[in-house]
Amino acid sequence: MTVAPAPAVQTVISTAWGQKDSHLLSEYRAKRGGYTRLQRVLGMEPSAIIDEVKKSNLRGRGGAGFPTGLKWSFVPKDNPKPRYLAVNGDEAEPGTFKDRYILENEPHLMLEGIGIACKAIGAHKAYVYLRGEFKFQAQRVQAAIEEAYEAGIFGPRAMGTDFALDVYLVRGAGAYICGEETGLIESIEGKKGWPRLKPPFPAVAGLFGCPTVVNNVETLASLPPIFENGAEWFAKLGTEKSGGTRLICLSGSVNRPGVYEVSMDTTILQVIHDQKYGQGMPAGRKVKAVIPGGSSAPVLTADELDVALEFEALKVKQTMAGSGGVIVMDDSTCMVRCLWRVTRFYAEESCGQCTPCREGMPWMAGLIRKIEEGRGEPEDLDILMNVAASIAPFPPIGLGNTICALGDAGALPVQSFVQKFRSEFEAHINEKRCPHGDHPWGHFGDWA
Amino acid sequence: MADPVFTPEEQKQFDTRLAEILTRYPADRKSAAMLPVLRMLQEIKGWCPPDALRMVAEKLEVKAERAYEVASFYVMFHTTKPGKYVVDVCTNLSCSLRGAETLLVHLEKKLGLRAGEGNEQFLLREAECLASCHTGPCLQINEDHHENLDSREKVDALFASLS
Ligand SMILES: Cc1cc2nc3c(=O)[nH]c(=O)nc-3n(C[C@H](O)[C@H](O)[C@H](O)COP(=O)(O)O)c2cc1C
Ligand code: SF4
Ligand code: FES
Repeated sequence: MTVAPAPAVQTVISTAWGQKDSHLLSEYRAKRGGYTRLQRVLGMEPSAIIDEVKKSNLRGRGGAGFPTGLKWSFVPKDNPKPRYLAVNGDEAEPGTFKDRYILENEPHLMLEGIGIACKAIGAHKAYVYLRGEFKFQAQRVQAAIEEAYEAGIFGPRAMGTDFALDVYLVRGAGAYICGEETGLIESIEGKKGWPRLKPPFPAVAGLFGCPTVVNNVETLASLPPIFENGAEWFAKLGTEKSGGTRLICLSGSVNRPGVYEVSMDTTILQVIHDQKYGQGMPAGRKVKAVIPGGSSAPVLTADELDVALEFEALKVKQTMAGSGGVIVMDDSTCMVRCLWRVTRFYAEESCGQCTPCREGMPWMAGLIRKIEEGRGEPEDLDILMNVAASIAPFPPIGLGNTICALGDAGALPVQSFVQKFRSEFEAHINEKRCPHGDHPWGHFGDWA
Repeated sequence: MADPVFTPEEQKQFDTRLAEILTRYPADRKSAAMLPVLRMLQEIKGWCPPDALRMVAEKLEVKAERAYEVASFYVMFHTTKPGKYVVDVCTNLSCSLRGAETLLVHLEKKLGLRAGEGNEQFLLREAECLASCHTGPCLQINEDHHENLDSREKVDALFASLS
């Protein structure tokens, strides 16, 4: 198929990736203007810093796309308690593997962004939370933090100013729910990651009961370039409502999976087919479906892919840009099996606090598995949709019946898969087998 | 009297590292150190034995149940002693699209274990997405990451390299 070439991109985040020693402070200073922006920002008024970030149209890269400057402005100015920055490096949304590139290749870009964010919200302590499985990445970040302390960038007098700044690494221990912002806070507090009922929002009462901002790694890494080149420059790189570029994590059935920094107006088709990015489908295969923003994002069919990988455009398609995880499924793939894999994950990772999520997720996973194995009954699809609706009553928007958005994250894929690929589910039920092959536990995906 | 949790050397290492960890948290929030302390405990003992959990709780000034609750919530903490190698195979969607399910079946046969089972040598588990979807199938052995495991030969060579 012919797809127009992807638009050119001016890289903001990935410029130094793959260059020798790009993770070292010396390189960061010599080649990337390292910490000159923080030095300048430390002399600015917090309100001016927040205004600049608002003007840049930077939106959170953790999943929800919330405007960063606006989030910072919710921190109350008159609260005498200490404030905290919590950095979300949990990176556990299936299909997402971008933050680790920042942590591996240029941890100082994030650390400088942390300094900028701390000055803006008046926080003197930041906790960088990395998922427990990130061993190499944790070593990189810890080494970079130590370099920054040694150079006097962090410490009681950050960069020679009277602003105190301490940055600590915290490692998780294997729980997806700790990526949810209040689950993350609970985990930093040394507890199991049970999300909190909101309000109060973390900006008012977060870590240790104090005002806290939670930001994603990529969000923070976008800050030094914004203060280097100006908010207008960053805003202009993007679309009307989202500034900058995006990191896309391309995986699944495609010739060249990987992380690519793309311009916000790049479409899913371009990411799959462009020579700079996915380089098309494996020989003889066609796209059947794409999940555009991590496995929580409702699925798109092959004829819905001429859409920009950007917050607003994907919202129009009733799905979401989420964490940038683009998962490609080809025409040999069983959609029931795919949905089972997705739903099983949410069933495993439900923290168990809310009844609809705790009971509903395993129930849905069980029904899907039953259908996949050819044991499904005609009424199972309705039951499945009813259970999904009891968790997320207003598809495609979230705001379901649960404490946190994991409920929606698990229910929305079910609703979208069944709506868009209903005939495949029905074929499994009618034929009493998986039409794609000799399941259960036969072949799924290529493996030699 | 029950056996002590640690040998004297282990106790010394534990105490020194505990003191360092506690500097990262507000003085009245010792319990926040739970995750790093359990991780450190596991580095020393290989798992989180009940006596050790009680001791951690005491040091962090919380009830013993709290230490156990946290240790059992997170999959990377072991409240029962695992085999020498903990093998976590990602079978989430992107890796499954690249054959992770077949890889798992191969490992089940090879190790004589079903996913979720263990013996003295191995604990074999299905893991959730390990943020390595573009280089799947992938797995971790005792937190060391191995990727692009797209053939039996590669998997067999990897396991042959374990002592
Ligand atoms: C179940 C669940 C899991 C999440 N996992 C992550 C994650 O792994 N990393 C992340 O940055 N945000 C994650 N989020 C989003 C966070 O709650 C939060 O919105 C984000 O960290 C805010 O940062 P940002 O505004 O910079 O995007 C998750 C949300 C939910 C509901
Ligand atoms: S929605 Fe699910 S994961 Fe979120 S708090 Fe409720 S039970 Fe826990
Ligand atoms: S699906 Fe296996 S690492 Fe993401």
